[in-house]
Amino acid sequence: MRDISMDRVNMTRNNILETIKNPSLTHEQKVAAMAGLADSLLEVLELPEGLDELLNAPVDTKCICDLNEGHAPLRPRYIVPDYEKFMKEGSKFLQLDPPKDLYEALNSLLIFYKHVPSVTNFPVYTGALDTLLEPFINDVDVEQAKKMLKLFMIHMDRTILDSFSHANIGPKETKTGRLLLEVEAQLVHAVPNITLKYEEGVTSDEFALAAINTTLHSAKPSFANHLMFKSEFSENYAIASCYNGLYIGGGSYTLSRMILGNIAKRSKNIKDFKEMQLPYVMDIMARYMDARIKFEVEESGFFESNFLVKEGLISRERFTAMFGLVGLADCVNILFEKEEISGRFGHSEEADTLGIEIMEQIKAFNENHESPYCEITGGHYLLHAQVGISDDVNITPGTRIPIGEEPEEFIDHLLVCNKFHKYFPSGTGDIFPIDTTVNKNPDYLLDIIKGAFRKDLRYLSFYAKDSDLIRITGYLVKRSEIDKLNAGENVLLDTTALGKGSVENCHILERKVR
Amino acid sequence: MKAVVNKIITFSTVDGPGNRTVIFLQGCNLDCKYCHNPETIGLCVHCGNCVKKCPNGALSIKNNKVNYDINRCLQCDTCIHVCQNGSSPKTQMMSSQEVFDQIRKQIPFIRGITVSGGECTLYPDFLKELFTLCKEAGLTTLIDSNGTYDFKKDVELLNVTDGIMLDIKAFDSKQHEKVTGSNNNIILENVAFLAKSGKLYEVRTVVVTELFDAVETVRQVAKMLKPYLAKRDIRYKIIAYRPTGVREQYSHYEIPKEEYLESLAVILREESFENIILL
Repeated sequence: MRDISMDRVNMTRNNILETIKNPSLTHEQKVAAMAGLADSLLEVLELPEGLDELLNAPVDTKCICDLNEGHAPLRPRYIVPDYEKFMKEGSKFLQLDPPKDLYEALNSLLIFYKHVPSVTNFPVYTGALDTLLEPFINDVDVEQAKKMLKLFMIHMDRTILDSFSHANIGPKETKTGRLLLEVEAQLVHAVPNITLKYEEGVTSDEFALAAINTTLHSAKPSFANHLMFKSEFSENYAIASCYNGLYIGGGSYTLSRMILGNIAKRSKNIKDFKEMQLPYVMDIMARYMDARIKFEVEESGFFESNFLVKEGLISRERFTAMFGLVGLADCVNILFEKEEISGRFGHSEEADTLGIEIMEQIKAFNENHESPYCEITGGHYLLHAQVGISDDVNITPGTRIPIGEEPEEFIDHLLVCNKFHKYFPSGTGDIFPIDTTVNKNPDYLLDIIKGAFRKDLRYLSFYAKDSDLIRITGYLVKRSEIDKLNAGENVLLDTTALGKGSVENCHILERKVR
Repeated sequence: MKAVVNKIITFSTVDGPGNRTVIFLQGCNLDCKYCHNPETIGLCVHCGNCVKKCPNGALSIKNNKVNYDINRCLQCDTCIHVCQNGSSPKTQMMSSQEVFDQIRKQIPFIRGITVSGGECTLYPDFLKELFTLCKEAGLTTLIDSNGTYDFKKDVELLNVTDGIMLDIKAFDSKQHEKVTGSNNNIILENVAFLAKSGKLYEVRTVVVTELFDAVETVRQVAKMLKPYLAKRDIRYKIIAYRPTGVREQYSHYEIPKEEYLESLAVILREESFENIILL
């Protein structure tokens, strides 16, 4: 372990004290923040040369961001347990036998959730709830089942204190799936996020329309293109955290992101960007991720000691990592300005074409970079269109069109999404606030989802324009909770603070209504 | 075949089932007092009145015709407000193929199209061509009509039309004349004929209590349609009069209360209607 300066130690001690005294943090939020600060004192990773300048820079020049994963990763960032195995076999470590009825099933899951680590310390994936619970759903009558599911979902919302948590349903209609949608439409909770894996012809229109009705009430579920994910992962994938496609029984070791707009800023022109700057940053970020993974696998001991591994609920061989990016739009626009070419991302064919060329270059780099311990994905990372963090100023999520610049016509917006969604098996997505007239014609959204997935869009989220619960970037936050935080009150979920930052910095409330 | 097109809305939530592209054709043969888009009633006579009033120079006269430059247009609608002919300089003559080319871009995001107006049945041959193109592309086709076209004489059009949405302004012919300037004989014939042939998708009535007896209208139309509900589900849409877009001299009518609309829905339910929308 390398030494650090006493100045840095003292600065961190000050930060710890400030955290302890911070009146707007709950106890759990303080503990998590202090653990992060302690970890920041370590220097154990073999960092590639040149990283410091790209990583530890102000927000307007920083080119690589490691999303606060810390200096000594003690567990993978995203863990996607095999919940089906857990339901079939129980857990020796947790002293739980396989559940025999709905009471035991819900109880077992709630216990299990408290033992699934992640970068947020909360489970980022809570299982395919419909298929997990379907074998038990007829144990009780419908009214009681609804009541039990309701209490189960409330329990999750009040104990998984972070919105980067995701349950899945679908693609097939089930009784449990229908009941969950009904319950969720009433609850309007931020946690968990829910995705319906949708495939035309497999998911019935009735089930999809029930999901649309729920999304117009509670901003979830989102809709994942099952056919597309299946072609990349087989059936054994889950949507976790924001919208990340990952293998069940595995997950993602790490996620770093390139801030493409800032890489464009340091480039002289398009040629310099493509030939010098982008390759330079990609190489350093990939090697930084390699180093993090090596520490996790070879030194942290996680894969030797954690009960999830020991009981086969996850296995090292099913993990990969996510090579992220933000700000493709900013990047293209900055490069066009430098070259004095008119046209902006999402509005001009030439600008979109440059965006595609950049994506092809990133894809080709990733396919040539040998990533350690990523056998399941062919020894390479999966590309990820990162949704942004609350500190981002003038950084557009993933490959989205900046808020305020959306095309006038919804169709033109969707056709831009069509150009970029395919690059990101480990997640991308677009979000659309919807006009209330759709309440009377939910088939409108179903047609758009069907069309979008035929056109290779990967992932779509909607919410009613006047909804209290809204999707910030990938996660959900209540506007009323942001108001509480603004008034200096404590709030239960740590993602509310992120939402507040994004509303202020990223104009989330100004999205174009469709 | 060509038609005068007022505008095309690429995605619409409110013009039939699912997501549809809507084409508004120019010109109407009724003159409803409460018309919410009176700029679609008349055809442009190229008088040039609007050209002088345009605040941003988007209009000019070329070859004795009003020329419209969309890039300079502020969408302030001054031209529409000053027009003496109930028209708009923004309309354009388009062939069925040209309109279809604009529809094609929305495939596969839409399930169909709706042609509205004005009164789109003033262009029956255009409709037939356009609908034939749409059918070949797997789209459904709806007509939004005031019911003055003699549908039973145009089997060809009906063959390429999946459904018709019909406005019924008033059941009593005298009251109808007061609202629209014309009697409603052909319209009521159409209601029965289209319902019988399974082509009636929706009827709608805009409620203006000062102009006609909405209770009687809704009740009588419902009675007429009741025998056909088993054949095809028919939606009844009851729309409250709103002054938005209405010509100034007719913008003073009272906006009906929600309870009143609800009482009309009760009548419909008594006549076995289930698919009722109040707007």
